[in-house]
Amino acid sequence: MNALQQYIDLYDEHRELIEQQSPALLNAVRADARERLEGARLPRKGSVDFEATDLEAVFAHDYGVNINRLPFEADPGETFHCDVPNMSTCLYYSSNDAFHSSATAERNIGKVVVEPFSMAAVDYPELMSDYYGKLARMTDPTVALNSLLVQDGLFIYVPDGVVPERPIQLVNIFNAALDMMVQRRLLIIVGKNASLKLLACDHTQSPDYHYLNNQVVEIVAMQGATVDYYDMEESTPKTSRVSSIYVDQHEGSNVLIDGITLINGFTRNNYHVEVNGENAETQLLGMTIASGEQHVDSHTFISHNAPRCHSNEMFKYVLNDNAVGAFAGKILVKPNCPRVEAYQGNRNLCGAPTAKMYTKPQLEIYTDDVMCSHGSAVGQLDEEALFYMRTRGIGLDEARRLLMQAFVADVIDGVRLDALKDRLHYLVEKRFAGTLSNCAGCLAACRKN
Amino acid sequence: MLVIKDLQASIEDKQILKGINLTVKPGEVHAIMGPNGSGKSTLSAVLTGNPAYTVTGGSVEFYGKDLLTLSPEDRAHEGLFLSFQYPVEIPGVSMVNFMRTALNEKRKYFGQEPLSAADFLKLMREKRSIVQLDNKLASRAVNEGFSGGEKKRNEIFQMAMLEPKLSILDETDSGLDIDALRIVASGVNTLKSKDNATIVITHYQRLLDYIKPDFVHVLYKGRIAMSAGPELALELEEKGYDWIKEQVDSQQ
Repeated sequence: MNALQQYIDLYDEHRELIEQQSPALLNAVRADARERLEGARLPRKGSVDFEATDLEAVFAHDYGVNINRLPFEADPGETFHCDVPNMSTCLYYSSNDAFHSSATAERNIGKVVVEPFSMAAVDYPELMSDYYGKLARMTDPTVALNSLLVQDGLFIYVPDGVVPERPIQLVNIFNAALDMMVQRRLLIIVGKNASLKLLACDHTQSPDYHYLNNQVVEIVAMQGATVDYYDMEESTPKTSRVSSIYVDQHEGSNVLIDGITLINGFTRNNYHVEVNGENAETQLLGMTIASGEQHVDSHTFISHNAPRCHSNEMFKYVLNDNAVGAFAGKILVKPNCPRVEAYQGNRNLCGAPTAKMYTKPQLEIYTDDVMCSHGSAVGQLDEEALFYMRTRGIGLDEARRLLMQAFVADVIDGVRLDALKDRLHYLVEKRFAGTLSNCAGCLAACRKN
Repeated sequence: MLVIKDLQASIEDKQILKGINLTVKPGEVHAIMGPNGSGKSTLSAVLTGNPAYTVTGGSVEFYGKDLLTLSPEDRAHEGLFLSFQYPVEIPGVSMVNFMRTALNEKRKYFGQEPLSAADFLKLMREKRSIVQLDNKLASRAVNEGFSGGEKKRNEIFQMAMLEPKLSILDETDSGLDIDALRIVASGVNTLKSKDNATIVITHYQRLLDYIKPDFVHVLYKGRIAMSAGPELALELEEKGYDWIKEQVDSQQ
């Protein structure tokens, strides 16, 4: 069996249709993608860096692909209530595979560009052709597949020196009434000394269907740029996600990426950060709360290609029931990169004997005069602390919840957006209390109306 | 309030308590002394329901209820409190959150509404002053980075918040300097009433200068070897435990 073949066949059969409805620069890379997929195989469980994860099985499901670009929802912004106190974001939606801006997007007066590729290809042809597909690696078959089938995407551009007042929020919703795979794609360019705070939330509205989001995100942080990218998933047990985020950091840039999984089915998150300029700073954070049959696998790679940079990586997992977590992280310090500081940590809590965690921290250093560390730990809840709390009248379930919340608290505190930090503490509390319904965490709070 | 009859308990198949008999009435202060390894801390652990210990015989009644069948949290709700010899650090859980949860769980147990935030903070402020606990400590994580003295004061603060009927102070004096000892002891004395009782577990007479016991018991080899009035503590201070040990060992 080769799960990729069904999508390759689909492409071969409908190539014209796919290309007709896409900007030319997306079509320009398809031949390369097609070539790389010839004879390619998705990693099976047990391959290197896939110790716990079977991608072949995830893609083998018979998903529909919307190559005709049929609209599912005219404008989610109209039917979804989107004004949320305290967050004041500029809100954008994608439903299934199409992007929509909303009324609040108008607050974004003319400075930050947020538009679909179809428009960006006309408005910013040079930026699009200079950066689209340049960071993402086609050697990864899921990236090649995204490049082969993607028909639109979201272009976010903050011009040099622009520091927007409001964060940008992108709410991705699955609500199609059929099993469906989408190729979400983001291209983010943050100019010199500019800044961007982006919150992306993945939600699934229909719990009955199987969805797969095979997404690719490319982020360029120019000299002195500051980028915060919060990527939160709160979907359903039937939703799968394979996400690959590629980052290019120029001199003095400061990038924070925080991947949060609250509810999902299957998730593989790849983070690939190239630190190319001196004095750049990288924060890579991850928080997973998984129960039931949830599967969350994070793969990180930070390559220090320049001297005097600082990276800090911390991933925390809380696993209950039959949940499976995996983490494989590598830090590479290339030759001639003195004074690099790079720290990696992965700490995991297994709340049940049936929960499983696979972890693989790695360091590869080719320069002297650097400070690096990596560490990984898997443990259970502290029995002494549990008993202490119980003697104060806090019941076992409540005590467990408090300890699990406390375990992830420092990762939440790493969030550099106060309103989001508060919201996350609240959401995590609800998640552990088992009262987080699908969508409850969406700041768009559409179900309230 | 508390009636312990022939209580026997073990940990990992090692028998520690070999038949404890003790009755505590409201308003009383009992001191339990004894050499290392005699079972003092085990007694407090078994009474509060530490799952590491197994009760192998005997009974404990607390206000007529079978204490041993209650969960640790329900024992707390019923009015039992243990001041730990080694208070546990709980990083990431703030004192405020911890205390509010504890208090509201108790209120829930008795079918009461949770305390309002304002009432709760007022109560915190009031009880904090009893042991002169700094406001900064109250806003930090439970016991995390607290000094030895601060931890013990924090135990008594929690006792003040929970208003137990029976408090067990397990070596509350260990690791305390004289000033901290005075503060802790005066806190305990402030909380004392004719309706509640205290069991003080200690090695030294010193604490008993501040917290005056009505009865002093000596625990040895898992049994109460001798019970008397407060004068026994003074005698022990002077003569040590050897004479009691000899007495017990010769009887065996």
